[in-house]
Amino acid sequence: MPPSNAAPIIEIDGISKSFGAFKVLNDLSFSVAPGEKLALIGPSGSGKTTILRILMTLEGIDSGTIRVAGDNLYQMERNGKLQQADEAHLHKMREKIGMVFQLFNLFPHKCVLDNVTLAPMLTKGVARKDAEQHAMELLDMVGLADKAKSMPSQLSGGQKQRVAIARALALKPKIMLFDEVTSALDPELVEEVLNVLWRLCRETDMTMLLVTHEMGFAHDFADRVLFFDRGRIVEDGKPDEIFRNPKQERTQAFLKKIIAAGHRI
Amino acid sequence: MEWDWAFVVQILPTLIEGVKITIIATLLGSVLAAIVGLVIAIVRRSKNRLISMPMGFVAEFIRGTPLLVQLYFIFYVLPDLGITLSPLVAGVIGLGLHYGTYTAEVYRAGIDNVARGQWEAAKACNLSPLQTWTQIIMPQALPPMIPALANYFIAMFKETPLLSAITVLELMNQARSIANYNYRYIEPITMVGAFFLVISIVSVIGLRWLERRYGKID
Repeated sequence: MPPSNAAPIIEIDGISKSFGAFKVLNDLSFSVAPGEKLALIGPSGSGKTTILRILMTLEGIDSGTIRVAGDNLYQMERNGKLQQADEAHLHKMREKIGMVFQLFNLFPHKCVLDNVTLAPMLTKGVARKDAEQHAMELLDMVGLADKAKSMPSQLSGGQKQRVAIARALALKPKIMLFDEVTSALDPELVEEVLNVLWRLCRETDMTMLLVTHEMGFAHDFADRVLFFDRGRIVEDGKPDEIFRNPKQERTQAFLKKIIAAGHRI
Repeated sequence: MEWDWAFVVQILPTLIEGVKITIIATLLGSVLAAIVGLVIAIVRRSKNRLISMPMGFVAEFIRGTPLLVQLYFIFYVLPDLGITLSPLVAGVIGLGLHYGTYTAEVYRAGIDNVARGQWEAAKACNLSPLQTWTQIIMPQALPPMIPALANYFIAMFKETPLLSAITVLELMNQARSIANYNYRYIEPITMVGAFFLVISIVSVIGLRWLERRYGKID
């Protein structure tokens, strides 16, 4: 757990986002300390995935500001005036952030090793030899060094997701975003992915934001849990407080439903 | 009217000259159509409607008018505007532009078929737009569209006799001038058909191979 007086690495201030008439995020604010492991939980459509997508710049925001490592994500200063961030600014900001998707999104035309080395070589100019060496270390860490030359289509879902994690780590981000990374997996494959997340959680000082329906894992993994509902944060606290003793009625109702559905906490 | 083998042998070298021009026009036209189609497809995807709409209009206009009219326009009307082209160049431009509007649709479908998650993963990997197109999107979009593109190129090949209307000395034009000169039509025109048939059959066999090779990727 990092010292709580450190300057936040993510500061979200009053952001709103609508898709058509549907308001996904409604004047949302929170901040994240460097190294903090955060779990975002809540019913589907509550806005938790949208937050990750906005941080990865896959979606824009309608209003509000976001700062990442002190820099404004969607705006930049030019001649003393704030203006819409251009592609170069977004490119610089994305260097700090990595993301793992629910459906893996591996590049199907490239082998496992190339999936991991592609971005460091193209975006940071890393030499192939160094990129491959680093990639092999990462693949070893996720337990897939022997699959380096396999194509993604030859892997199981759990293996694909572990490659996707290695691919995101290859860019050495300060912040990692995990968007329901086990939701698309067969139940027997969930564990192997969670084990990798667990290792990252204990062994690195990366800031991690995890959107998940695995409540048991969220409880063990997170320093802090945010419960989302209808585009707002309803409850924000330590895992024990949220899971054992939720204060808000909406949180209680949600957790009851999840337990009834057979998820362990 | 009797078939005269001696006459066939006599005109064969001239016809083969024509075949060469036909093949050259088809190959150059295919390359141009492949490039024009890609440009049209990418420009039409632009979120800026001031860019995508005019391109859409131009593409529909070219596709909605006959190739023969376009060839006449390029070869006989453009010189009035100070642009004079050799017959073959005019023919290749005509074929390339016309078929480019068709291949653009093939590209559009192929690009749309690449999963949205691929664009998002490319962004999360911080690839530039150009890197995303060249490294991620096109390598996935192209293989499934190769059979469809090849189909258009075979269709284009069979339309090259239209170039005779703008004095390109391709196969049909050579055959016609031989026929007019000798007052014998059966051998030259039959030979034209035979040449087209043989090349088409070879192309179709190649196309089937391409379909097996690229038709499906997972």
